[in-house]
Amino acid sequence: MKEFSYIITDKDGIHARPAGELVKIAKEFESNILIRANEKDGDCKRIFTVMALGVKKGQEVTLRFEGPDEDKAFEAVTGFMKEKL
Amino acid sequence: MQTYKGKSVFGGIAIGRIRVYQKNRQQVRRTRIEDTEAELARYERARIETVNQLKVLYEKALVEVGEENAAIFEIHGMMLEDGDYNESVQNMIQSNCINAEFAVAATGDNLSQMFAAMQDEYMRARAADIKDITERIIGNLQGTAKEDKVVGEPAIIVAEDLAPSETVQLDKKLILSFVTIQGSPNSHTAILARTMGIPALVGTSIPPEADLDGKMAIVDGTTGVLYVEPEEGLLREMEGRKEEEVRKRELLLEMKGQESITADGHRIRLYANIGNIDDLAAVLENDAEGIGLFRSEFLYLQRDTYPTEDEQFAIYKKVAETMAGKTAIIRTLDIGADKQCEYFGLEKEENPALGCRAIRICLKRPEIFKTQLRALYRASAFGRLAIMYPMIISPEEVRRIKKITEEVKRELRTQEIEYGEPEQGIMIETPAAVMMSRELAREVDFFSIGTNDLTQYTLAIDRQNQNLEEFYDPHHPAILRMIEMTVQNAHAEGIWVGICGELGGDREVTDSLLRMGVDELSVSPGNILPLRKAIRETQLREEGFGKETQVN
Repeated sequence: MKEFSYIITDKDGIHARPAGELVKIAKEFESNILIRANEKDGDCKRIFTVMALGVKKGQEVTLRFEGPDEDKAFEAVTGFMKEKL
Repeated sequence: MQTYKGKSVFGGIAIGRIRVYQKNRQQVRRTRIEDTEAELARYERARIETVNQLKVLYEKALVEVGEENAAIFEIHGMMLEDGDYNESVQNMIQSNCINAEFAVAATGDNLSQMFAAMQDEYMRARAADIKDITERIIGNLQGTAKEDKVVGEPAIIVAEDLAPSETVQLDKKLILSFVTIQGSPNSHTAILARTMGIPALVGTSIPPEADLDGKMAIVDGTTGVLYVEPEEGLLREMEGRKEEEVRKRELLLEMKGQESITADGHRIRLYANIGNIDDLAAVLENDAEGIGLFRSEFLYLQRDTYPTEDEQFAIYKKVAETMAGKTAIIRTLDIGADKQCEYFGLEKEENPALGCRAIRICLKRPEIFKTQLRALYRASAFGRLAIMYPMIISPEEVRRIKKITEEVKRELRTQEIEYGEPEQGIMIETPAAVMMSRELAREVDFFSIGTNDLTQYTLAIDRQNQNLEEFYDPHHPAILRMIEMTVQNAHAEGIWVGICGELGGDREVTDSLLRMGVDELSVSPGNILPLRKAIRETQLREEGFGKETQVN
């Protein structure tokens, strides 16, 4: 299992479009990816779930990766977040 | 003649007949089904058909309104691929033996209610997206998919509200204006109207019994009024104004949406200077890439008491929302000198230009400053605001300001009030600030050079004094060197520099400023498109050559 915490720096937070991109990347992997923010959590592969977290700039998001390709998933998702969010 | 008031999202005048856009609301009945497998397959077919339609809409929107606005249809497609949506529908069909239409409608209601209940205004607006895709699937299930129903003559479209897929499906050649009863300046209709450059009103108070279809009407996008069956006199007047606009629009059409880039590829941002909330329409109309200077004085002038935090917040929020993601730089209170307010109770000064003005008042009277900052930080949660402090002479002042902004943020956090993180910048309008620009650049995110005051302080010439005309040179090499020095120091510290004084719109120095590497020019809205045209016709010489010529 791997974990990653990150504070969102994008001015718009996790809006519809970045949520869509995040979900798209998460779906490429077999591992379970859990996203947690604002004391709510859910499956990072579901766009409604991710959008419903309503994450804004300055808020912390924690991701948990668990599964056969967790290392690769970790790398891809954290890379995306650091670059785009 | 009837008149209806709405919120204008784009200026201009439209004259024509009204076409009332009626949604074909699908009636969804709950029926019991026997063969759940067949019903699941029916849902799956309709879902795939919908996904394919959305791909077509995406392509259409890409061409018409650009990638940023088209992205919504990609998101719609993803929503239909999503587990939360599909599992809900499938579960309902399977465990309740209900028809696909009902399962889709119920799922859409549940999810859109969840979004409608969210705090964030942007997320609340996404409820409309879910309704939109839900109606589309139901249409496909029932074989009554929506079609473009606006045909014939170009018309003023009046609708309760328009979903993104509806607006993009309409034939743009047949739309003179949008008027919606619901809708916010953030809605897709508003964005589309701005992109198309046609007058549009949202939140218009049209009573349900009004029978408008087919009637002659005028939409005045400047004042936000819809006139139905206008009187002859008004019609003439509006036709006159419209012709005037058409002439202006010729330039507009040519330059609008074009990049502000020289013939040899040097890019610059063209922002607008404004002094009042009413100027926002002009900002959008003239295709400004942002607001480089929003003078907040109008909030303070011509009144007898200090503006409250909420009053200011409402104005700044409107600016942030109207600019829809584009930067809007708001300059904090800049009174004193030639702008005086009785109720501030400022002492009479021997030499007001060198007196207690702008940031000096704010630092001496932090309670006034904090009210404005609280309003600005709160409004920053609704868009891309930046704050700019006038009349700075030293890094110490910036540090004092930062202490106050930190206090403001701490208080907002404690009170659990939402706020954003606006970019922080200062005006460079004193020779001291120029000389200290390297140190100042380490303290802030951007500079904006106020050339009017910088010129008067540098040349020690009062511009109002007619006697001194023979000595006054707005292109004095000292000024140009000061600008160059400021730009170099800013870039050395990795921050950007704009110019918001008159020199920014002065065509004679445009290429010098471009060569120096100025990142942004902020001019009056009416000046933006002519300046863009000039920039696009400019050819900068090779670097090195430019160096010699730029300081006269």
